[in-house]
Amino acid sequence: MSKEMCDVIGRVMPAPENFLGAEKLEDARKARRRFMGSALAMGAGVAATAGVTGKALAAEGEDAILKLPEHTTGLGLPVVTDGYGKPSKWEANLQRRQSPGLTRVNQASVSFTPLQGLFGMITPSGLHFERHHQGWWDIDPSNHRLMINGLVKRQRVFTMDDLMRLPSVSRIHFIECGANTATEWGNVAVPTVQYTHGMVSCSEFTGVLLSTLLEMCGVDKKLGKYILAEGADGSSMTRTIALDRAMDDCIVAWGMNGEMLRPENGYPLRLVVPGVQGVSWVKYLRRIEVGDQKYATKDESVHYMDLMPDGLHRQYTGIQECKSVITTPSGGQTLLDKGYYNVTGLAWSGRGPIKRVDVSTDGGRNWRNARIDGTVLPKAMTRFNIDWVWDGKPAILQSRAIDSTGYVQPQINQLRAVRGTRSVYHQNAIQSWLVSQNGEVSNVQVY
Amino acid sequence: MPTSVKNKNTPAAGVAFEPLKGTKSVAQQNRIDGLLSHARQAAVLALACVAFSSFAQVKPWQNMGRDATPAEVKAWDIDVRPDFKGLPKGAGSVDKGAAVWEAQCTSCHGSFGESNEVFTPIIGGTTADDIKTGRVKGLLEGKSIAPQRTTVMKVATVSTLWDYINRAMPWNAPKSLSADEVFAVTAYLLNLADIVPADFTLSDKNIAEVQQRMPNRNGMVFYEPLWRTDGKGDIKNVACMKNCAVDETIHSSLPAFARDAHGNIAEQNRIVGPVRGADTTQPPPKGPAGSVALPKPVVVAAASGGSADVKAMLGANACLACHGIKNKIVGPGFNEVVAKHKGRADLEGYLLSKIKGGGVGVFGGIPMPAQPQLSDTDAKAIAQWIAVGAP
Repeated sequence: MSKEMCDVIGRVMPAPENFLGAEKLEDARKARRRFMGSALAMGAGVAATAGVTGKALAAEGEDAILKLPEHTTGLGLPVVTDGYGKPSKWEANLQRRQSPGLTRVNQASVSFTPLQGLFGMITPSGLHFERHHQGWWDIDPSNHRLMINGLVKRQRVFTMDDLMRLPSVSRIHFIECGANTATEWGNVAVPTVQYTHGMVSCSEFTGVLLSTLLEMCGVDKKLGKYILAEGADGSSMTRTIALDRAMDDCIVAWGMNGEMLRPENGYPLRLVVPGVQGVSWVKYLRRIEVGDQKYATKDESVHYMDLMPDGLHRQYTGIQECKSVITTPSGGQTLLDKGYYNVTGLAWSGRGPIKRVDVSTDGGRNWRNARIDGTVLPKAMTRFNIDWVWDGKPAILQSRAIDSTGYVQPQINQLRAVRGTRSVYHQNAIQSWLVSQNGEVSNVQVY
Repeated sequence: MPTSVKNKNTPAAGVAFEPLKGTKSVAQQNRIDGLLSHARQAAVLALACVAFSSFAQVKPWQNMGRDATPAEVKAWDIDVRPDFKGLPKGAGSVDKGAAVWEAQCTSCHGSFGESNEVFTPIIGGTTADDIKTGRVKGLLEGKSIAPQRTTVMKVATVSTLWDYINRAMPWNAPKSLSADEVFAVTAYLLNLADIVPADFTLSDKNIAEVQQRMPNRNGMVFYEPLWRTDGKGDIKNVACMKNCAVDETIHSSLPAFARDAHGNIAEQNRIVGPVRGADTTQPPPKGPAGSVALPKPVVVAAASGGSADVKAMLGANACLACHGIKNKIVGPGFNEVVAKHKGRADLEGYLLSKIKGGGVGVFGGIPMPAQPQLSDTDAKAIAQWIAVGAP
């Protein structure tokens, strides 16, 4: 096929037909019709092949093998068809989604990561969950500034040029919204792992250690006890962080998974506070103030607090404690048949690395150690797997993580016994998935 | 700094050499000079080491960035702490606050801060007794006198209200209120909660006294084990492995009517792999797994044709979270909206007002919030698209 025709067919855009001769034009039209025909068929979402396992084959075999498809017999697309590649169109079902009715204003809302379809420990940047407090922005990095003031010898201003010249680190950490799994405090409320646990993501963050910046400014370690981190967006999100945390492993980050932060995740600069709930990872970071008292900001005095049964609120509870969840099979999914399954999921802890994950397939009566054969890092997602042969009878799948401190992920009734049922935040209970005889998996609470 | 370290050390090294000179013979002196030259070399080396060690303390990137000017710090350092550090001078009356409120806050929060339409209520659920004790009784289990927990039931510090209104309100024009207006709006809210009287003027002078009347001022605890990374937490589970005590009761599960409350789960899962998303547009399959044909693999149809822009808008503004194009989710499907209002002459205008202003009651009791963020052009395009049948 000629280059021109390749372009015409490949783009599925208004074609430069007037550049072609009469003969070529007719060929191009035919080819376009063919291409459009098949594209439409695909767009309608009907996969023509009988791809489902276990179906009877015709005597000679499967069409998928016997009839060579267009992609085997034709010419594929050229390089740089898309200067910044996107996932296959066949993956379009895996999207960040809102939970209907959860929030009422789109700029102060969340979208959930589709954990049910992800592999390994890293969340694709385009599927990283979102939480905005007053809408998101795509800020011009050349006009972004970071100011450090308060109890420092020198109050300083940094441009992105300044910051990106500093010694940088790249570290993999999970970020979890304090309200992840909030809907499940009282009872089961949502169907899938995307909505129960999808406000957690894990990325490699690149930036300068906050300690480096604070040292450069001459932080007053005697009087300074806390920092206040502040965003540049309309909400100017503010959170108090202990100075010893700030001097430990916090990162002022511009990079995420090898590229710059996505705008939805705080481009061009965000704070990374490993192990601590996402609200403290201030996006569009514009200011760090060193102070000697906590700040009682709106999101530490009205939200992100734990309401206890005695009517008191625990304020400044920010650590995301050890937690895990089975992502496949998980709620809303259907098992194709009896037999072998690789049960897989994620575990994480805000206190350090994951030490062990146990899995039960009988509702918590008996447990086996899961395989952890990927990378295990402190305050990062850890992928676990375990073999399971499903006999077709109802089964309840659970995972239970243990971190380096020996803390064992609790049952929901243990959490409720201490914190009641009215809390919104920091729900890290063992998740149960019921596999029914028809193969459908659903969200249940069992303890 | 390197210079100060040098100044401190160089004279000390020099003093050690001086007494040797002039007290010895020439030969001795020559030898000594030779030694000295060695010593000098050693001293140079020592200095180099001093410089090197000071290099380790003062980083070569130390002076990256620049000093902030006082005006810059003033422009950005807007936080107000519970001890009122950072609070600017100013004052505002309840009456003035009411005027600002009516103009800029009512559309989201209702006239009395009680509205639950767009945001959760700010005011309600506190009593005169709470103001006396500093503990909101309604936060006790089963004791709430409001349908839900309001801001004023929770917040312990009046500085928080001032700081947040100042930094983030009004919703679509944050940081546009003057300090006096922030005092006024805060005064108005405090009056709605009966914390201050109707003729009150709140100012930087009297705000500390108002703090002593905050209904939940004694309602917070600082729980350090969940603040520190190396804390121990408050829940103790034990990793039992065999025959563990569980009652095997399913204590909670999703009711059948909620099967499609989050849309069709088949369209939220990959089309290959060990599992599929359940087709929640259909009732659950009756037979065992593998006995019935699996739902056909579906990929969400990409937006196409002339309505692509509108569909992108529907996605960007999260309309599709509540309205399916051809199915009900929380709100009616766009097809149902089309069907209900078929033949209505002013359909486009009607839809435009509903999109921008929100509404409740046409399709049931769940309110649709107003969408003030939508530009008139975008809202009109969506209204037009629905009016022509939501293709």
